[in-house]
Amino acid sequence: MQAYDLSQNHIVMPPEEIALSTNQLQVFYGSNQTQSMTDASLSFPRFQITALIGASGSGKSTYLRSLNRMNDRIARVEGEIMYRNTNINSRQVNVYEVRKHIGMVFQKPNPFAKSITDNITFALKAAGITDKKELRERVETSLKEAALWDEVKDDLNTSALSLSGGQQQRLCIARAIAMKPDILLLDEPASALDPISTAKLEMTLKELVKNYTIIIVTHNMQQASRISTYTAFFHLGHVIEYDKTTAIFQTPTMQATRDYVTGHFG
Amino acid sequence: MTPNQTDKLATQLINFLVAVVVLILLFLLGDIILSGFPHISWHFLTSPSSSFSAGGGIRDQLFNSLYLLILTLIISFPLALGSAIYLSEYAGDNWFTGLIRTAIEVLSSLPSVVVGLFGYLLFVIEFHLGFSILSGAIALTFFNLPLLVRSIEGSLHAVPDSQREAGIALGLSNWRTIRGVILPAALPGILTGIILSAGRVFGEAAALIYTAGQSAPILDYTNWNPMATDSFLNPMRPAETLAVHIWKVNTEGVTPDAVSISAGASAVLIIVILIFNFGARAIGNHMFKKMTGGK
Repeated sequence: MQAYDLSQNHIVMPPEEIALSTNQLQVFYGSNQTQSMTDASLSFPRFQITALIGASGSGKSTYLRSLNRMNDRIARVEGEIMYRNTNINSRQVNVYEVRKHIGMVFQKPNPFAKSITDNITFALKAAGITDKKELRERVETSLKEAALWDEVKDDLNTSALSLSGGQQQRLCIARAIAMKPDILLLDEPASALDPISTAKLEMTLKELVKNYTIIIVTHNMQQASRISTYTAFFHLGHVIEYDKTTAIFQTPTMQATRDYVTGHFG
Repeated sequence: MTPNQTDKLATQLINFLVAVVVLILLFLLGDIILSGFPHISWHFLTSPSSSFSAGGGIRDQLFNSLYLLILTLIISFPLALGSAIYLSEYAGDNWFTGLIRTAIEVLSSLPSVVVGLFGYLLFVIEFHLGFSILSGAIALTFFNLPLLVRSIEGSLHAVPDSQREAGIALGLSNWRTIRGVILPAALPGILTGIILSAGRVFGEAAALIYTAGQSAPILDYTNWNPMATDSFLNPMRPAETLAVHIWKVNTEGVTPDAVSISAGASAVLIIVILIFNFGARAIGNHMFKKMTGGK
């Protein structure tokens, strides 16, 4: 892999309404404060899927996890994360509220060791929703939105761990959207799934994007080009290029992007 | 030797070692239960012990053992649970937690006689608790804590971090995630810790001789006032447990039927431990199923 000039970048500003944006986001890890993210300034359009791509160690997951403050205990994050005209990367902000508005789904399906229903209602109950009818409705609508309802509607009280990997991942999506977030962050959600489950998941995401803003980290460039409207290319802790997905894959501006999407490294 | 042969040899060796362990266990269990069982009768289980004449039972000792176990768990379980949650979920890896872990390890290797004498000097004499179930329960807590803390910490640690992340990402607090997700998932392991420590409490004699005492005053099982001196619930009364009774009958028993009392009491002790073991597992499985949807 050749060395690229990391100070050069090409970043567009989407003309659509912006749901979330970061300004000069920097992340420092560990006791020696290693910088793993430098000056990431991106804006994510509302009701669109944005893909974050890049090789391992490019900082894309680190960046994603900073967006809903999941890095709070592990790393120091500096810079602004603007959501609804508020910088949510400040000490005064209630992180629990932030995470209710910005949900997250992880690389490995991680349903709770509880029944399917309880997986969804647990956080709702903790958030103060006690009405049985409301809880039932949320379970049903979120499972329908995650395209899992038809497969599990008769087994709502069985353990979530008895589901297949793809079903578990869709349950995790249902669990996240039951909280009625604005934004869904997905950290390589399909990397542990087989091609058929992956296709189902992608179809689900395309439906979900009508109501949610989705930001997805993926290793899989075909996946990024299939489902996203915008794509950001990360390299060694820098955002090198951010543009329409078609531009990134067909007419990239930066040399590093061109080399990555054509498979020269990564 | 071919890899196939080495594998066969190793498997046979392992099978042999397992067989030895199982045989020793079966022999011990069988011998104790077979030689003790003929001496167990309704009369034996329901009458108080006698000091000189034949025909004494183990009613009070049996009850004392159970009561002591409950009191010990009431004291030690919350302490152990809190420390284990702290060590596994909150504490970082630094000199302080290292110190705690070392202290726990040292505590677990203390000889029981030392703990008994320490309990005698501190609780029985210094704190004026006298020979009492309470003194015994506190002394046994010293034994219980290391075992409980380490097994609970271990089972909490075995719950994958992805479960914690899932809770945090849903806007739950750390504590809510621990209480609602981590603890239920760790329940079977926690239960194993309780069962192991309970077996130790049932079987302990040396530490109890100096703390709970060796006398079993006649108890009134109809007196539910824990403050009354003859009430079976009074935690301040001296209480000889089954294990202590077995030790005493064997060393200084003067009753003509001392041998059969000791054999019968040993069998009862083992059977009670087995019942507790299976009972706790059954209850635990039921709770686990209810909390986790059955898998």
